[in-house]
Amino acid sequence: MQSDIKKLSLILLFAPFALWITLLIIIPHMGMVVLSLREKVAPRVYEFGFGNYIDFINEPIYWNTLLRTGSMSILVTFLALIIGFPIAYYIAKIAGKRSRGALFLLCLIPLWVSDLIRAFGWILLLRETGVVSSFLLWTGAVNQPIEFLYNDVTVVVGLVYTVILFMIVPLVSTLDGMDDAMIEAGYNLGGNGLTVLRRIIVPYAMPGIVSGCIVVFMLTAGSYLTPILLGGKNSSWFTEQIYDQFITRFNWESGAAFGFLLLAFTSIVVWLGLRLTGQTLANTVAKQ
Amino acid sequence: MENQEAFDLECTGVSKEFGTVQAVDDVSFNIPSGSFFSILGPSGCGKTTLMRMIAGFENPSAGDIRIKGKSVLNTPPNKRNVKMVFQHLALFPMMNVYENIAYGLKCIGTDKATIEAKVRDVLDRISLPDVAEREIHQLSGGQKQRIAIARCMVLDPDVLLLDEPLGALDLKLREAMKIELKLLQHQFNTTFIYITHDQSEALVMSDHVAIMNEGRFEQIGRPEELYHKPTTAFVAGFVGDSNRWSGKVVALNGDRVQITTDAGQALWCPQRAAAPLSVGQSADVFIRPEFIQAVRKGAQTGAAGQENAIEGRVDSVLFNGANSRVLVRGPSGELIEADVVVTGGTDDLRAGDDVRLDWPVAQSMCFAT
Repeated sequence: MQSDIKKLSLILLFAPFALWITLLIIIPHMGMVVLSLREKVAPRVYEFGFGNYIDFINEPIYWNTLLRTGSMSILVTFLALIIGFPIAYYIAKIAGKRSRGALFLLCLIPLWVSDLIRAFGWILLLRETGVVSSFLLWTGAVNQPIEFLYNDVTVVVGLVYTVILFMIVPLVSTLDGMDDAMIEAGYNLGGNGLTVLRRIIVPYAMPGIVSGCIVVFMLTAGSYLTPILLGGKNSSWFTEQIYDQFITRFNWESGAAFGFLLLAFTSIVVWLGLRLTGQTLANTVAKQ
Repeated sequence: MENQEAFDLECTGVSKEFGTVQAVDDVSFNIPSGSFFSILGPSGCGKTTLMRMIAGFENPSAGDIRIKGKSVLNTPPNKRNVKMVFQHLALFPMMNVYENIAYGLKCIGTDKATIEAKVRDVLDRISLPDVAEREIHQLSGGQKQRIAIARCMVLDPDVLLLDEPLGALDLKLREAMKIELKLLQHQFNTTFIYITHDQSEALVMSDHVAIMNEGRFEQIGRPEELYHKPTTAFVAGFVGDSNRWSGKVVALNGDRVQITTDAGQALWCPQRAAAPLSVGQSADVFIRPEFIQAVRKGAQTGAAGQENAIEGRVDSVLFNGANSRVLVRGPSGELIEADVVVTGGTDDLRAGDDVRLDWPVAQSMCFAT
């Protein structure tokens, strides 16, 4: 009786998750795999083959875009880590108990506004007739309006701004779990600030760093709005290629193949990153 | 000059305020080289703050701290040759045992071969030669303890601070570690400063103990001095068990004073030479349970009756082997503890027996309040 109830509650709890996984993740992706392996030989005539993937390899602009998206995403991840770590450290270790909550909330506030509105906010600031350009004109630092939009720097800045929160949250929670005595012990045993950071704080925070980096990298590589709005036509983000194939060219087969290539590429980068830092995926979720 | 060098640590007039709270108030003490010194006090008495100042994590508001005769006030914590064993040990979980011990040596730039030799040597000395490659979470509580000490001792510190490191261990292990710590201290021959709120830890291990209360040192002395000759009422009440009565001084008779308790019981105490009591003063009387003899009423005792005697009825017998006690309800309803020998025979005191409690005047302690 008791075990029946347990079994039933397990099934009930598990059902939404299983439905979500199968209906929204597995089935669509299988459909995409099938789609990407269809070659168009004549109108409405398809054959099984790797043609869509071969097209990708043969066209440098495609894989260049993918590589560019990958390297810029790595740069964004790195910048988010460099900027986010001190912020997370301050929130978790230096700020008082009461200000900690307030600071954390402040980090969350940008999320209350949609991605789109935030990107338009940046546009308002950075366009040729925008706030920054007008201000520089008014101070006399420049003598003609400057266009800050539609270049790589703006795209990177905008992306870092969008994703940095997802770096800060896991970092704060790992650093929060660190006993202050451990840092004091680091000093007490003769370490200076740099040694303590390098040998104690960073290794301790490694699971948080890795999970933050994975989330940020995936979000960045898969983002669409920010690169398009801030980078314009020059952004050449890979998601834009996928969108193009699906919507503009109505070439679903090739779009599906590109989608898979992006997934494979980002997975390989994450795997390489884990190998290089000597971490495992399980490590980042649960501490031993 | 010779005299100066004999002290590993000297504190003079050390004070620390946090806002309006006086955490440590004008504390002065010297610790001779190679001794085991404990600071014993209830939680919140400022002992941890005092230790953090010695380690350099807090700066004193006033006073001076000297290590081996040199003031360390302007020395940052990582440059002081004072190492600390933290309350929860603070071993680095991402390093194994070897790396934990080698950390400090690497910080001062010791070369690899020397590090290797020193780590092996210190592991031998704490009798854990085979754990070097283990991870911290694979160690038992007692082993972690010893690794935390080894991690400090490998750096050859002038003073080792220990902040209640036994608090997290279970009772059996704690008893064993007490003895082990004492032996380790002898072996390393380094000055240990041990902070605790557990009096048995302090009394068992220490050469000298300082009793701290509300930011001040109440008394510094050898454990037996603190136990038998406390100089303040706080020390008498805090160290060891004691029965306590409040009363007023009614008469002086040479080296004795007579005190009438609030319940009207007359007790004799020795006069205190350091701070003599005068008639009319209110005072507290302390008597340790082991000096009180409980005799069944009417029974003949070999020894002549003592000057101090109270009659009462046994409320309960607390059997605990050699440390058995009786709780006796006195004339005014207070409970008095007295040590007894419980043999299991028919002579044992039982609840409900009428008894007479008596104790020698010399073993009473009284303090003006």
